[in-house]
Amino acid sequence: MLIIKNLHAEVEGKQILKGLNLTVNAGEVHAIMGPNGAGKSSLASVLAGRENYEVTEGEVWFEGKNLLEMAPEDRAREGVFLAFQYPVEIPGVSNINFLKTALGEIRAYRNLPPLDAKAFLQLSKEKQKLVEFDAKLVNRSLNEGFSGGEKKRNEIFQLAMLEPSLSILDETDSGLDIDALRIVSKGVNKLRSPKNAFMIITHYQRLLEYIVPDFVHVLYDGRIVKSGTKELALELEEKGYDWLKDTEKEEVGTI
Amino acid sequence: MANDNEIIDNIANKEYEFGFVTDIEMDVAPAGLNEETIRYISGKKNEPEWLLEWRLKGLQAFGKQKLPAWQNFEMPPIDFQKISYYAAPKSKKKYDSLDQVDPELLATFEKLGIPLNEQKALAGVAVDVVFDSVSVATTYKEKLKELGIIFCSFGEAVREHPELVKKYVGSVVPHSDNIFAALNAAAFSDGSFVYIPKGVRCPMELSTYFRINTENTGQFERTLIIADEGSYVSYLEGCTAPMRDENQLHAAVVELIAMENAEIKYSTVQNWYPGDKDGKGGIYNFVTKRGICKGANSKISWTQVETGSSITWKYPSVILQGDNSTGEFYSVAVTKNKQIADTGTKMHHIGRNTKSRIISKGISAGHGQNSYRGLVQMGPKADNARNFTQCDSLLIGDRCGAHTFPYIESKNNTATIEHEATTSKIGEDQIFYLNQRGIDSEKAVALIINGYAKEVLNQLPMEFAVEAQKLLSITLEGSVG
Repeated sequence: MLIIKNLHAEVEGKQILKGLNLTVNAGEVHAIMGPNGAGKSSLASVLAGRENYEVTEGEVWFEGKNLLEMAPEDRAREGVFLAFQYPVEIPGVSNINFLKTALGEIRAYRNLPPLDAKAFLQLSKEKQKLVEFDAKLVNRSLNEGFSGGEKKRNEIFQLAMLEPSLSILDETDSGLDIDALRIVSKGVNKLRSPKNAFMIITHYQRLLEYIVPDFVHVLYDGRIVKSGTKELALELEEKGYDWLKDTEKEEVGTI
Repeated sequence: MANDNEIIDNIANKEYEFGFVTDIEMDVAPAGLNEETIRYISGKKNEPEWLLEWRLKGLQAFGKQKLPAWQNFEMPPIDFQKISYYAAPKSKKKYDSLDQVDPELLATFEKLGIPLNEQKALAGVAVDVVFDSVSVATTYKEKLKELGIIFCSFGEAVREHPELVKKYVGSVVPHSDNIFAALNAAAFSDGSFVYIPKGVRCPMELSTYFRINTENTGQFERTLIIADEGSYVSYLEGCTAPMRDENQLHAAVVELIAMENAEIKYSTVQNWYPGDKDGKGGIYNFVTKRGICKGANSKISWTQVETGSSITWKYPSVILQGDNSTGEFYSVAVTKNKQIADTGTKMHHIGRNTKSRIISKGISAGHGQNSYRGLVQMGPKADNARNFTQCDSLLIGDRCGAHTFPYIESKNNTATIEHEATTSKIGEDQIFYLNQRGIDSEKAVALIINGYAKEVLNQLPMEFAVEAQKLLSITLEGSVG
């Protein structure tokens, strides 16, 4: 589904990603871990197409298409979803209208007719239930006045609504209390399917207790320096990241 | 990918969509403002002596007035003697049906999407079209007539209902109110007149489309709306204008009078030529709009969506004379390129328990400068009067400006006055967030803007609200890189 080859990227002249390799297949959950400043969120930003991030070398293929050539909205329409670390507030734009617009745009891109009001409402209700999203928040202005946890849960609700093939969760667990973490994880687990894939960016092993990854990668200084299974996350929790600093930066990202 | 500067540049490069000149033979007065011109205009219109005298009083007042200096922009030099004060299509006969109207004129209306045709009329809009200065078509008049509603051109009102015009013209905006009101009193060309009789609820939105068409012709519309006891009327004013090289002065006057228990809702969508991206050639929109809640429990509500003109300078106001009367002002003003808006409202609380509500939303892009200026005045007898003001500014890019000048005067210690203000910026973050959900930048900006302006747009009548929403999107279109 996603093939990243030798990805180099910089922001404001500063090299952030320095030859990153990663392959994600449908049905897989990959956890990306690493210390602060390793380039985890930058990877998410580069994949989503945020400006200021300049790819200087390498390739990213998404379902056979060159992702780097696409505008951010087209990446989204192709099925790349980024659950933001800091979701923005947009006053006056209701959550539900925003989602209706987004879904409409995505469907139009795929030559599908827009859902009629009834079908859309039905879908929204289903997904609210699935990810335990408060109905009151659905009609409020997009993220306006939402608590940190509510914003993160809204990201998962949007994910459920838009049904992307690749979901990148950028530190979705940060700022969540244990109950919210459980609900968010439960939602993600329900959305997992053989057809989609998740890339979960996190600092802590805690989230991975709830969302069990198929692979864990350690991102350090712009590269994946170690890959393994969920046990690696436990090892990291125990030892921290320091022991990795000395390991040889080998190309272990490709699976 | 668009960055902020590209967004601004794209907005700046957006051409005005409604710019074209209609080729119709015109009857144009020689340039210049003097007694002779005023007599020419009055004569052309076969006006009664009292109106000519009133015009001349306006001319006198104009001569004594100076241009204001308090506004938050540099006043462009205006040579009042270079302006022609009268233009009318030459064919002067009245039409029985649309077939007889000059097809060119109809084609212009078509281009503008003015619902002059039967279809639209059936949709419930009676349109009194002001093409430059003379009204050429009026629809639905008969139906309104059955209810005793008068909806006609100002000129016709002078002929058919002189007693009403004589009684109320200048009663809210006197001929000497300010220099532009004086200019209008002296040289007003035509406009609309509405009278709603006692207890009548006007069954449809009354609508006038103004259109400036002859080069170097200032537009001096005059609108007078009287809602008698217990009546209701909703009035829509919308406008577009053709592309120009020279600035055009527009100095209209609108007077609203609401008697006891009456309600007037006045909505404006203003989309005159804003000038090119360097600010050259746009309309100067210097308008005096004022209403009086004369009777108890009356209500006047102004809603405006201002997207056009190179300079918009107006303060639709309400004099709250009747006890328990209500004044409202809802405004969205957009300035882009080098556009300037200095707009807001005045709420004069005179009667007891009077209420006013002000919601102002400024949007600045490019090098646009947007000022909110408002006065809330609580008189000594305005016991328990209340005001709520919310004044928001939205900035797109870092080359535009937003300014607020709220004035509050209270002479009554039982009065309550609230003022809230916010300034925010459309961030790259917001646009990227929407992009990431499959929404392109253009739609993203439109979504953000419409969300921001929602509180005001909701005040517009349904059909108009949709148009206004589109207009806002079109105005800020081109925000994609």
